[in-house]
Amino acid sequence: MPRKSPFHARTTELCTSQNWQEWSGYFSADSYELDHMREYNAVRTTAAIFDVSPLFKYHVRGRDAGRLLDRVVTRDVSKCRLGQVVYTTWCDDAGKIIDDGTLARFGDDAYRLTAAMPSIDWLQDNALGLEVEIDDVTHDFGGLSVQGPTSRALLQQLTDADLGRLPYFHIIESELAGAPVRISRTGYTGDLGFEIFVETSYAEQVWDALAETGRAYNLQPAGNVALDVVRIEAGLLLIDADFISSVHTLFEVQKSTPYELGLGWTVNLSKDSFVGREALRKEKARGPSWATVGLVVDILALEKIYADYSMPLHLPYTSWTSAVPVYAGAEQKNPIGKATSGTWSPILKQYVVLARVRPEHAKIGSRIFVEETVEGRRYAVPAEVVKLPFFDPARKKETLS
Amino acid sequence: MTAAGTNKYDAIVIGGGHNGLTCAAYLAKAGRKTLVLESRHVLGGAAVTEELYPGFRYTVCSYVVSLLRPEVIRELELAKHGLHLLPLQSSFAPMENGDHFATYPDAASTREEILRHSKRDADIFPKFEHLMYQMAYAVKPILGAVPPNPASPGLRGLGTLRDLGKHIQSLGRDTFHDLTKIMTMSVSDLMDEWFETDIIRALFGLNGIIGTKLGPKSPGTAYVLLHHYMGELDGAFTAWGWQRGGTGGVSEAIASAARSHGAEIRTETPVARVIVKGGRAVGVALENGDEFLADTVVSGCDPHVTFRKLVEEKELPEDLVHAIDRFKFRGSSGKVNLALDALPKFTAMAASAPVQMVEICPSMDYLERAYDDSSYGGFSKRPYMDIIVPSTIDPTMAPPGKHVMSIFVQYASYDMPEYGNKDQQRDAFGNAVIDTLTEFAPNLKDIILHKQVLTPWDLEQQIGLTEGNIFHGELTLDQLFFFRPAPGYADFRTPIRNYYQCGSGTHPGGGITSGPGRLAAREILRDRN
Repeated sequence: MPRKSPFHARTTELCTSQNWQEWSGYFSADSYELDHMREYNAVRTTAAIFDVSPLFKYHVRGRDAGRLLDRVVTRDVSKCRLGQVVYTTWCDDAGKIIDDGTLARFGDDAYRLTAAMPSIDWLQDNALGLEVEIDDVTHDFGGLSVQGPTSRALLQQLTDADLGRLPYFHIIESELAGAPVRISRTGYTGDLGFEIFVETSYAEQVWDALAETGRAYNLQPAGNVALDVVRIEAGLLLIDADFISSVHTLFEVQKSTPYELGLGWTVNLSKDSFVGREALRKEKARGPSWATVGLVVDILALEKIYADYSMPLHLPYTSWTSAVPVYAGAEQKNPIGKATSGTWSPILKQYVVLARVRPEHAKIGSRIFVEETVEGRRYAVPAEVVKLPFFDPARKKETLS
Repeated sequence: MTAAGTNKYDAIVIGGGHNGLTCAAYLAKAGRKTLVLESRHVLGGAAVTEELYPGFRYTVCSYVVSLLRPEVIRELELAKHGLHLLPLQSSFAPMENGDHFATYPDAASTREEILRHSKRDADIFPKFEHLMYQMAYAVKPILGAVPPNPASPGLRGLGTLRDLGKHIQSLGRDTFHDLTKIMTMSVSDLMDEWFETDIIRALFGLNGIIGTKLGPKSPGTAYVLLHHYMGELDGAFTAWGWQRGGTGGVSEAIASAARSHGAEIRTETPVARVIVKGGRAVGVALENGDEFLADTVVSGCDPHVTFRKLVEEKELPEDLVHAIDRFKFRGSSGKVNLALDALPKFTAMAASAPVQMVEICPSMDYLERAYDDSSYGGFSKRPYMDIIVPSTIDPTMAPPGKHVMSIFVQYASYDMPEYGNKDQQRDAFGNAVIDTLTEFAPNLKDIILHKQVLTPWDLEQQIGLTEGNIFHGELTLDQLFFFRPAPGYADFRTPIRNYYQCGSGTHPGGGITSGPGRLAAREILRDRN
């Protein structure tokens, strides 16, 4: 049976839909109510709280902590200042992506890496000969992600830390409702938001305080269904949906590199040797084989297809993450890639899709075609390549003076 | 007149309501130098949000959104300009016996609730929803069509009639029969045909009386019900939504779209009249005497203001003058907006139902009795109320932990002399509303921080809605499509050349649809290209 998160006693009371899935060995709510829409809207309008405890968490400490991480991840760790958090990927020798996560720097020689997959083995393998201590603290800390426009005002009621001045992708050590916590200005929603990590013994205390104070801020517990819609709007990739870890597949065709995923900005080729550097350098020189793009589907064209069946337009009410073909033309003859995630965006009033295509089709404004199935028949519907992220509100990065 | 060069526009739109702004946005998008003149200090007309008590924002008149045409959202890119609609998915209605009826975001929970009241109604409900969905799909093309003149339709009008005929035919015989029935019957009869539980009849039928001086037992009210089911949200028919920041946010989004295309919008600039020379509109004169010239003048005001106030009678044919004078306004609804220190506690509250939408409409007879009270003037002693507490989903409306309540009230009358002068009328009306609501939520009076009460007369004085009609004229069959606002004058043109109409008094009618504004702009651009 999956493990119960340190907040499970609380979340299980609230999860009236009994809509759970397994996430990294934990029970994780897909939605608290049968319909996810209120949870979605909380993220974009008020505040939502996600239990992100299942994330893998590693404390990396010691004289060579920075060196180890620099060997493993693609970002330049030496540039990560105290109190900063960076998003990074890490790759295998062939430059194929293994995982992505956030790296936070707590002290001169103290870091925390979060990961979607178990990574202790990979970290230890790469730590050979280094003076570094790696702790898997996954089960020792609960994680809560409080996301949405009122998240800061709500959290500020419970902590002395000046959250107004906490910049985007920074972390602060503080107390929240009397419990020692680390609060980072991070999230997987593309909105104003914070992640709180707390030792499990304090978990319920923190949850209860948030729930109590959250009442005035319309704080809504939210699950994976809503999260998947907002992360697509934010143009954020999901492992096992938009890409597969190179250690999870035996087949080259299923592997991908940071460049192919639009994550080239996380690769710092100028730093000393790191895993995959040589392969990535060559790839950059020759140009990646794929490009990851955002697409906006032409719903008027889709509406016309439905009209042929005397049906009104149908839009995906939740996200989908099963790959479908992308074509250069409507005749469905020239496949140029695959669409990996898509959703109707209620806030953008657009049907948005993440896709991997051949680079010559990746230019902003290009018109390509995505497969849509209507009444069991496949159609190629026009879509425009647009800039990512689809949704990018100013409040995401703004600080208060 | 100030220097002619600076005051000359391609088009001037009178009235910065949502349709005026929509029309202006389309004209500006087509490259026309466009000016919008709004008399009030805020844009939006009846789609307006105002902070009348510090920290609390009221949706002064209109309060929910559903009918806004999806093509307008798309073509004007309103999401980019701030349109942000939140679905309203839960409602709650206290009953007089202490029980309640609630609806939920998911079908299973709603079915459970209906089952609690009637097994038969629970089975029927999906079929009823199906019918309304089908009707909404059936009328959708009508909403986007320019009404032809049935007496002399012309080639284009014939084309429209043929297309609509084909569409209606494609729906099948049963749908056509259902549609014809709905167009003509009373909402009470319609509900009797479907449901056996009184509270369910009342709640699913109550939209049939909104903005209309008719009781639920009056024929024609079933169409008004349909009019409220024609909306769609993200492709889902019949759904209602809340605009973040209130309906003023919709107006602001449209205004922002208009400005992005170069339209100029001026507030606190009341127009006195349209300048007509030789049967042509050539500009407008402001109340302060300033004049602006334009090739095209569009009125976003209601038909009475458009034809009986802004232009002189001598400019118009007699049949139009008579038709407009007989056009039914007779506002029947009022509005009470409250700033609240806490959430109201309803005695008959379901623990699982949030106080988001609340209906005070415990039975069909309650509704009919409310109508009886007002059918000779006056207001309902125990009125019907459609209540929204938007602060439960939208933090921009009130400070944390505090709330605003929007109460749409029916019935009231334009003049209620038995209660004294206008101030006394307003007080009496407001008290009836709050007293009635307190019967269901006893703590209400203790938590009111501020209130705003609007009678139909107030709606006319403050917003400019003739006789306080929220739809710019009732939505009865004799005032729709070909007949809106008058037979032969339903294609957004007027007998005065270069003078057009784009308000809710034209097709497809009232509510925040932007339909009239869009269709009018298309006709103007067609004429002037």
